[in-house]
Amino acid sequence: MQKITEDLARRRAAELMRAGEISCLLGWKKGEFDYDVEPTVFYTPEEVERELVCNVFSAANLSKYLISLTRKAEGRVGILLKPCDSFSFNQLLTEHRFDRERVYALGLPCEGTVDTFLLKERVGEGIYSIKIKDGALEVETLSGEVKEIPLSEVYAERCLVCKSRRPVAYDEMLGEVTPDADEDRFAQVEKLESMTAEERYAFWQGELSRCIRCNACRNVCPACSCERCVFDNPTSGVETKAPSEDSFEEKMFHIIRAFHVAGRCTDCGECSRVCPERIPLHLLNRKFIKDINSFYGDYTAGAEVGSRAPLVSYTKDDPEPGQGGQK
Amino acid sequence: MQMTDYKPKIVAFCCNWCSYAGADLAGNNRLSYPAEVKIIRVPCSCRVNPTFILRAFQRGADGVIICGCHPGDCHYTSGNYFARRRMALLFSMLDYLGIERERTRVEWVSAAEGAKFAATMNDFVSTVAALGENRRLEDLRCKK
Ligand code: SF4
Ligand code: SF4
Repeated sequence: MQKITEDLARRRAAELMRAGEISCLLGWKKGEFDYDVEPTVFYTPEEVERELVCNVFSAANLSKYLISLTRKAEGRVGILLKPCDSFSFNQLLTEHRFDRERVYALGLPCEGTVDTFLLKERVGEGIYSIKIKDGALEVETLSGEVKEIPLSEVYAERCLVCKSRRPVAYDEMLGEVTPDADEDRFAQVEKLESMTAEERYAFWQGELSRCIRCNACRNVCPACSCERCVFDNPTSGVETKAPSEDSFEEKMFHIIRAFHVAGRCTDCGECSRVCPERIPLHLLNRKFIKDINSFYGDYTAGAEVGSRAPLVSYTKDDPEPGQGGQK
Repeated sequence: MQMTDYKPKIVAFCCNWCSYAGADLAGNNRLSYPAEVKIIRVPCSCRVNPTFILRAFQRGADGVIICGCHPGDCHYTSGNYFARRRMALLFSMLDYLGIERERTRVEWVSAAEGAKFAATMNDFVSTVAALGENRRLEDLRCKK
């Protein structure tokens, strides 16, 4: 996202607030460092003009916060929506999680967000400050060195394979819709599918055994919005802390987590973004999306409000289980 | 060969209206199927939550089979259609994680198909027996 978008967003949001159209704004502000831009709620136009950040680090999907914010805020809540977040927004509406009338959505154009893990790796040492230039980041390190990193090298994987940059929900659009990414988001899933069962097992053992059960992936997910989660049930068979003795727990946790959002996951990529262990959770979600598309016909969660999720519908000639989509 | 007396543990979720009655019929007709098959009666095949299947493996099952009414014959009209979608996705996911796909199965068995029930169980038990113990989805604490 460009500087002009940020200026426009600041101006427009403050204007809406002054006019009393919105009582607060869900947006992003700078965290401790330039790269940890975090979600926040602004209550005054002055704060918005001073602190709102809309740039390549404004990665967090804000739509989930609408559930709690529309319950406690007065009047209408403003929200900034990247294209991928607009799918989550629609999915939440489909599930009746908030009232559309209570929300005013500002759509943002997006060319991708930065993977901060990747950026840190690429810079190789502590980052002191970051300037966003056209197509590159000018990074000043703790030792005072200045490095220029092309944005194309540090875009998040989810942005390189983004399903659509055409927003599906907004009340007004700030700027022009950006062109779609052209990489295939199922390529990695296909690669795994082509391995032998032993190789796949070894791959997932290596990934999932790093899980520390911090629950960040669950908590951030806009599709995981149940107020009581199966994993909080002491008799669910899944420990609430990282398992020490065996490897069953994390497989159970990950299969059930992904299953519970199957057909509702919009592939926003937040789960993988927040995982401190960098477990590629999107590869589990995308497997379900890919299977749903091939077994039951193409379906994009959140593309339309009110569409029927594949797991709550059926046809009489669906494929039989265990036959890889064969009827 | 060390596996000669290995008997796999099989959990069979059977719907109350068709498959459980089918199992009953198999018994009444004195058709034999292995005693390692432990039947759990559920009201409908769609009562089977994916967690149940993982739980069964956690507690030491070597194979899990779900039996329900034939599509179109569900006592609740459409339960087995939903079960079919859920299980298709779950089994495909287990396969993706590298867990042997032969350890899970869905079979539609009606109340009149005692012979099919026995044959299905015999076949499933021998398939799982050939795979050996479930090592990829086990919970060591439950085996102590
Ligand atoms: S599972 Fe991950 S990608 Fe899917 S909606 Fe939730 S956070 Fe987004
Ligand atoms: S965010 Fe990562 S480490 Fe935390 S529970 Fe999820 S997968 Fe495990």
